[in-house]
Amino acid sequence: MSAGLLRVENLGKAYRCYGSEWQRVFSWFGLPVKPQEEHWVLRHVSFAVQPGEAIGIVGQNGAGKSTLLKLITGTQRPTAGSVHITGRVSAILELGMGFNAEFTGRQNAQFSAGLMGFNHADIDRVISEIEAFADIGEYFDQPVRTYSSGMQMRVAFATATAFRPEILIVDEALAVGDAAFQRKCFQRIESFLIDGTSLLYVSHDIEGIKKLCSRAVFLKHGRLESIGAAKEVCDSYEKHLFGGGGAHDQQKVHHSPAPKAHGFFDPGLVAECELSYGDGRAAIERVWLENADGLVVNVLSSLEPFSVNYCVRFSGPAVSPIFATMIKTREGIAIYGTDTTRVESYPIEIHPGMVLQVRFVLKSVLAPGTYYLNCGVREDRHDGPVFLHRKVDTLIFRVTAAGRETVGAGLVDMKAVAQIWPVAEEVQIASKACA
Amino acid sequence: MGFSRLIQHLMGTTLFGAWRYKQFIVSSIRNEFLARFARSKVGGLWMVIHPLSQVLIFALILSEVISARLPDIENKHAYALYLMAGMLAWMSFSEIVTRCLTLFIDNGNLMKKMAFPRICLPLIASGAVLVNNTLLFAAILVVFVALGHVPSIMALWLPLLIMLVMSLGLGVGLILGVINVFIRDIGQVVPVILQALFWLTPIVYTVRTLPETYRDWFVLNPLYPLVTSFQNVLVFGQPPEWGGLMGLVLAVAVTLPLALFIFRKASAEMVDSL
Repeated sequence: MSAGLLRVENLGKAYRCYGSEWQRVFSWFGLPVKPQEEHWVLRHVSFAVQPGEAIGIVGQNGAGKSTLLKLITGTQRPTAGSVHITGRVSAILELGMGFNAEFTGRQNAQFSAGLMGFNHADIDRVISEIEAFADIGEYFDQPVRTYSSGMQMRVAFATATAFRPEILIVDEALAVGDAAFQRKCFQRIESFLIDGTSLLYVSHDIEGIKKLCSRAVFLKHGRLESIGAAKEVCDSYEKHLFGGGGAHDQQKVHHSPAPKAHGFFDPGLVAECELSYGDGRAAIERVWLENADGLVVNVLSSLEPFSVNYCVRFSGPAVSPIFATMIKTREGIAIYGTDTTRVESYPIEIHPGMVLQVRFVLKSVLAPGTYYLNCGVREDRHDGPVFLHRKVDTLIFRVTAAGRETVGAGLVDMKAVAQIWPVAEEVQIASKACA
Repeated sequence: MGFSRLIQHLMGTTLFGAWRYKQFIVSSIRNEFLARFARSKVGGLWMVIHPLSQVLIFALILSEVISARLPDIENKHAYALYLMAGMLAWMSFSEIVTRCLTLFIDNGNLMKKMAFPRICLPLIASGAVLVNNTLLFAAILVVFVALGHVPSIMALWLPLLIMLVMSLGLGVGLILGVINVFIRDIGQVVPVILQALFWLTPIVYTVRTLPETYRDWFVLNPLYPLVTSFQNVLVFGQPPEWGGLMGLVLAVAVTLPLALFIFRKASAEMVDSL
């Protein structure tokens, strides 16, 4: 692997507790003082990032994501290992840049840019651009204490990205912005990526990470659990997050071909990366698609309605289980997900040993392409969903062009109807208004 | 590695970071100065009004007691002049110590979010204190002239003396400020010690007013030769107290590198504790 922009080697961070804080002071002078306790929040983490690469970092709270970013940014020093960086790092850590509440947005932007090491000439050159990007109007010259958190974030992001850094670090920051501003931020990030900036992105928005990042790092209890293609890592993180340690954990379920194979069924189209997990109280036994004629298919003609079907065998007690399904792209972007809390269905009492068939009848609006299917059974408890069984990417299906599609680009066919007519200048508008 | 090379190494890498940020440091000092005017009407003038009003209070209360014993000066406001000279020295020292004491705690949020050479913080603080004291000095000069006293040529030693008192304050303050991050009691104890030190230094009184037996103890107070030198050059037209100052120069030569050493060692752990 080439050197890359950023190389993290065997990185570790420990918080040390001393019997007395004076012992810490003595330790600076080289006195052999043993810390009473060492608490490692990050250990043995190694990876490299290439120019233009976007890396998502996922993990539960306390997994060490923020610590990792702080070590890379340089606000904290590693206890073990090293960080090698080529170029400049710009970071938005924990929702801000440490703005001074008494200073105006403009002064804070200038101050932060100064802290990043830029001189007056550089800062003067970009300050109006920062103002325009933050787009908070008069507030830019008001003290930051009058700002909402979203406004602070706008100024922080505009400042942090005023100069293209070699490495951009974004920790959760975009979560407080409104959707329009988020889009603007992503556009800027995407243009940076094209120019060769590397991005390290922490977010709890898994779909966002899959969309933006090519690779992902999954941290668990301060260790590197997995690193690889964003979709795979995010899936295994989700599995860790929602799956219990039950009977289906890690179990690779082989895809059972549907009984009524038909011309529309392509046996070569098999999901190879199915993930299956749950707490063992139910098992999804079969998943298949049916077309309008009731035939089992995995190649559909576009614009043809179809249904998602699966059978669930219950082996334990369950209280009002919810059945769900989701259609995703190859990149893992969710196109449509639904469950039985959202659509009309019949309440059924569950007995162990019972087998249910679930069917979702769908209208097809999918553009031609290849899609993945998830399905699951879960209980929604007050502390979050519990999966009895979930199958991620259990089935692949293809939508083929039927020749009547209107879609030129994108994932769905919105069935546009075009209307064009000549306009006789001025007269036309006036007559329209009268009508 | 020889001791001097060690020092060179320590100061070199730490101060190199600061050099790249020189423009930032200068503009931060200016901003801090301007910010004072932003929210209060007289703004930065408070920095001058506070010590001068203190001088006025002491002068009103104590002048009758002490002025009779001030030698070598023919001015009926002699005591006020004496007070102001001592106060200038004291303010330079105590202000920089007090600022450094809470410097890292006050800037904790910033240190957690941005990576920059940490040495900028004490340098900005020192610069701001220097600006304040220059203002105070200017104000004192105006008052001196108003009271009919023009300092002699000896006042030209003043920049050197201010450098010395600030270096001492910076060294002591930086050590205390770093330790205060880990042991917050320091922040509570230091103001008490400073208060005691103020009264143990001949600022509002003269050594001559004290019984003979106590006078020898003042040798132990590092501020004694400094304050006396301020009074000498500003009020009495005498040269600085060179003998006592030599010891002080030595103290600075030890304190400042020690402070930098501790600062460098601690900066790896400081953010962890903020």
